[in-house]
Amino acid sequence: MTVILNEGDSAGTTGAASGSPVDAAPDPGKAMTRGRLVLIRFARNKLALVGLVIIVGMYLMAFIGPLLSKWTYDTQDYTAFLEPPYSEHIFGTDKIGTDMFALTMRGLQKSLIIGLLVALISTTVAAVVGAAAGYFLGVADKALMWLVDLLLVLPSFLIIAILSPWFRGKSWFLLVLMLAAFQWMITARIVRGMTLTLKEREFVKAAKFMGQPARKIIAKHIVPNMASLLIIDATINVGSAVLAETGLSYFGFGVQSPDVSLGTLIGVNAESATTFPWLFLFPAGFLVVFVLAVNWVGDGLRDALDPTSTRVRRKEKKKDTKEKAA
Amino acid sequence: MAGFLLRRLVNYVVLALVATFLAFTLASATFDPIGVLQQRNPPPPAASIEAKKRDLHLDQPIPQRFVTWMGGVVQGDFGRTIADRPITDELGRRIGVSLRLFLLGITIGIGFGVLLGVVSAIRQYKFSDYFATLFSFILLSTPVFVLGTLLKMGAQGINDSIGSNVLIFVGESTPGFQGNWFEHLGDRLQHLIVPTLAIALGQIAYYSRYQRSSMLDVLGSDFLRTAQAKGLTRRKALFKHGLRTALIPMATLFAFGFGLLVVGGTFTERIFGWFGMGDWLVTGISAQDTNVTATVTLFVAVCVLFSGWLADVLYAALDPRIRVN
Repeated sequence: MTVILNEGDSAGTTGAASGSPVDAAPDPGKAMTRGRLVLIRFARNKLALVGLVIIVGMYLMAFIGPLLSKWTYDTQDYTAFLEPPYSEHIFGTDKIGTDMFALTMRGLQKSLIIGLLVALISTTVAAVVGAAAGYFLGVADKALMWLVDLLLVLPSFLIIAILSPWFRGKSWFLLVLMLAAFQWMITARIVRGMTLTLKEREFVKAAKFMGQPARKIIAKHIVPNMASLLIIDATINVGSAVLAETGLSYFGFGVQSPDVSLGTLIGVNAESATTFPWLFLFPAGFLVVFVLAVNWVGDGLRDALDPTSTRVRRKEKKKDTKEKAA
Repeated sequence: MAGFLLRRLVNYVVLALVATFLAFTLASATFDPIGVLQQRNPPPPAASIEAKKRDLHLDQPIPQRFVTWMGGVVQGDFGRTIADRPITDELGRRIGVSLRLFLLGITIGIGFGVLLGVVSAIRQYKFSDYFATLFSFILLSTPVFVLGTLLKMGAQGINDSIGSNVLIFVGESTPGFQGNWFEHLGDRLQHLIVPTLAIALGQIAYYSRYQRSSMLDVLGSDFLRTAQAKGLTRRKALFKHGLRTALIPMATLFAFGFGLLVVGGTFTERIFGWFGMGDWLVTGISAQDTNVTATVTLFVAVCVLFSGWLADVLYAALDPRIRVN
C-alpha cells in the first residue's frame, strides 16, 4: 500500500511551483545541476538521512552479521534452550537451542531480498504498462483500469493466499513473482495519468512527427520524465513488499520452510510472545524499523525530487518573513 | 443521481461476481482436497475417496462447478465445507463476529483519525503536528500482526500489575459465562477492548495523514477566508466550511479502507482468537476448501461493493453539486 505522507505540504503553492529554486546552494560560482539540487535537498532532511543509514546498515548487517557470529541458523546449542539474551547468545535462543541472532539475520536476508526484487520488478512493470496504456489508450487502457478496480475488490493478499498451496515446496522466487504481479496496478494507473499529459507536450509530439516509433518514445521520452515518481514508488514499494511478504509468511502462505523470513519468525513466535518476548521482539523490531526507515526515505525523496513539494522551501519562507519582520 | 448510483451498483455487482469467480477458479485449480484425504492414517478406502470426489463435483469442469455453487448461493445455500458441514449455518455467526469487531474499530479509527488530522493541519509545524506525524509514521510501519501481539503483551502487563484479568485478549466472550444481560455485555466489552484498539490505531494513523493533507488544501483556499471575512468565527468557518469540504476526498478512502480492513482483520481475528470471516479464510485455505474460500471472497467483495456505494452516497451528502446533477 502506498501511503502518501505529508502530501498536503505542497498545498496551495502548487500553482506557483515553477518559481526559481529558492533553496539552491549559495555558491554562485558553481552551476547547479538537478542531481546536486536533489542531493542537497535530500541531505537537508534529517529523518530521511537517518532512514537511509538504517536501510544500508540493515542490508549490510543481514549479509555480514551472520559471518561475525559463531552460531549459525542450522546448529543448536544443547546447553541453552529458551534462554533470554545474554553474552553467549545476544538475541537469546529458541526452544531447540538455535541462536536467535543467526535466525533473525537469516530471516532479515530473505525479507530484504524479496522486498528489493519485488519493488524493482513491480515498478518496472508499472512504468511500462502504465505508459503503454496511456500512450496507446484503447483496449490496453480499458484492461488496466479494470484490473485496478478488480484488485480493490479482490485484494492481492487473498489471491496469493489462495495460490499458496501451489507454490508450497517450490522456490521462494515464485513468491517474488506473485507479489510483484499484484503490486504494480495502482502505480501503473498513476503513470497512465501522467502519460496522458506528457503525450501532449511539444517534445513528445516532435519526436512523433520525426518518425520515432512509439516504443522508443515511451522508453526515451515518457518514462525518463517520470523518473522522480518511479524512484519514489520503487522505494515505497520495498516497504510494502516486505510488509506483504511478512503478512503472508505469518500465516504460512508466503516463504516456506526450510527458508525463513521475518514473517515466518514472527508468525511462529507470536504465540509465545507474552512468555518468551525475545523470540518475538527481535524479528518484529527489525521489521518495524526497516519499514519505518523506508517510509522516511520515501518521504525525503518525495520532498527532494518533486519540484512542487515545498516543505523545505515553505519553512525557509517562514524564516524569511520572520527575519524581515524583525 | 439515481441513474448514477444504479450504474455504479451494476458495475460493482459485475466486479463482485468476477472476483468471486476468479477466487473460485484459482482455488479449485490449486487446491487438492483429495490429496489431504489420502494422507490420512489409516488411508480411507478407495470407495469413500470416489464418493468424496463426487460430493465435491471434482469430475466436472471448474466453470460448471462454479455455476452449481453460484446457483446454490442465489438460493441462500453456500454449499458444504470439506468436513461436510453446511456453510450457511456458520456464515451468519461468523459475519456477526467480524462486523462487531470491524464496525467499532473503523468508527473509532475514522473519528479519531479525522480529528487528529484536522488538529495537525490547523496547528501545522507545531509540536502536536510533529508528534502526530511521528505517531502515524511508526504505526503505519507496524503491521497489524506485530501491533496486535505488542498490545497483547501490554494487556498482559496491565493485567499482571492490577492483579486481575481486566483486559481479556483471547476469544470474543468467556465460554460458559453465567450472568444477566448486563454482565454479558460487560464480559463482551472486556474481550473487545484490545482487538478494537489493534484495528483502530492503524486506522487513526492512516486517516489522519490524508485528513491532514486535504485539510491543508482547504485551509489555503479563498472561500475559507471569505467565510471569515463575512463575520464567521474561525471555529465556525473551519468546521462548517472547511472540514466539510476536506471530508469529500476522504469518502472514497473510508469506503475502500473498509474493504481492505476485512483482509487486515484476518490478522486481528487470528491473533485474538475471534472466529470471524478472516479466521475462516485462513482455515479454509489451510484445509484446501474451495467453498469456504469462495464464500469469504464473496463476503469481501460485497463489503467493498457496499462501502463503495456508501462512498457515492456520502459524496452526495457532502457535495451539493452532485445532488443537483
